[in-house]
Amino acid sequence: MGDSQYSFSLTTFSPSGKLVQIEHALTAVGSGQTSLGIKASNGVVIATEKKLPSILVDETSVQKIQLMTTNIGVVYSGMGPDSRVLVRKSRKQAQQYFRLYKEAIPVTQLVRETAAVMQEFTQSGGVRPFGVSLLIAGYDDNGPQLYQVDPSGSYFSWKASAMGKNVSNAKTFLEKRYTEDMELDDAVHTAILTLKEGFQGQISGKNIEIGIIGADRKFRVLTPAEIDDYLAEVE
Amino acid sequence: MSIFEYNGSAVVAMVGKNCFAIASDRRLGVNLQTIATDFQRIFKIHDKLYIGLSGLATDVQTLYQRLIFRHKLYQLREERDMKPQTFASLVSALLYEKRFGPYFCMPVIAGLGDDDAPFICTMDCIGAKELAKDFVVSGTASESLYGACESMYKPNMEPEELFETISQALLSSVDRDCLSGWGGHVLLVTPTEVQERTLKGRMD
Repeated sequence: MGDSQYSFSLTTFSPSGKLVQIEHALTAVGSGQTSLGIKASNGVVIATEKKLPSILVDETSVQKIQLMTTNIGVVYSGMGPDSRVLVRKSRKQAQQYFRLYKEAIPVTQLVRETAAVMQEFTQSGGVRPFGVSLLIAGYDDNGPQLYQVDPSGSYFSWKASAMGKNVSNAKTFLEKRYTEDMELDDAVHTAILTLKEGFQGQISGKNIEIGIIGADRKFRVLTPAEIDDYLAEVE
Repeated sequence: MSIFEYNGSAVVAMVGKNCFAIASDRRLGVNLQTIATDFQRIFKIHDKLYIGLSGLATDVQTLYQRLIFRHKLYQLREERDMKPQTFASLVSALLYEKRFGPYFCMPVIAGLGDDDAPFICTMDCIGAKELAKDFVVSGTASESLYGACESMYKPNMEPEELFETISQALLSSVDRDCLSGWGGHVLLVTPTEVQERTLKGRMD
């Protein structure tokens, strides 16, 4: 492989113009657990698989969906520990913005700041890129919003997106099911169905996570009991 | 003598019906000696947001430059103008950064916010905000401005009456203060237009 001689330093371009470490980071994301997000007309839903290495793990101790601010939530695919670094930095950024302007940070601004951190880690010495992609869901004065941020530091706004294992299947499924006038409850159903597509084993409230934000602008992670209720509706 | 009174100043803002006015004197002095009679203390941040800075003239200009800098960066980053409340918080934060070596300025902020609701507020030199529904005053003539505004102000004035009221309040107040005066500068801001007028008063 001609590229591999250039993978000693992540900040060195290969002759074909690639930064191979970033591509490796994307591979790490691609083999991570599936996450997806759907923007509805009145809110956003993000969901993810929560496959645990052993049945002995206490599933209540694993929280893959987290809050960045009260009105912005995030889910990752890839390396869990890397995502915690990003969440910590983003939360700090959000609070600094609030301290300065006494106003909640807009979703676009927080996404930009988070992406800037990820970009910095592709150009600095002595560090490696983050092995995660993030789906950031928020609701502010500009309405419901869903963004994906990649290890390279590039970010996109989506109506619906998926990442991790089975991306292409999940995205094809979402393309079929997505409609512009979808409401939050429909979006939760579609999210569950999409996860179910590539899911190995029996899906339950304990092995998936769902986070929603509606017009009340309060991001909330659903409890296993609430997820079970939605699962019953889908079946 | 206080450094706040070195150059002399008078700044006032008043709220009317869906509009506001902000006015200042035009004198720049060094204690009792007058240096200039066309000094600017009211600055535009954007079409519907103005700041008046009383106090030490050199700090007024430096603070203005910093605020314009911060607002331009905000406009580029967020692709929108700042709301008056947001801008007031920014000014407050910038002033408190210099808590133990402050800018010797006391700002008056006036603007039209969402759905053109008027907003006015003032601060001390380290950024303690004071919000008001009617009028705010600042500068060496602030005590006489309080008196004039309290007796002349009425709620929900139309733009023309508001202009007359703020102008009379300013001119009568600076006549009672040795350090401010030499005419005035009045801005009347409505949702559709901004009127800027220069007043002549006792030019001594």
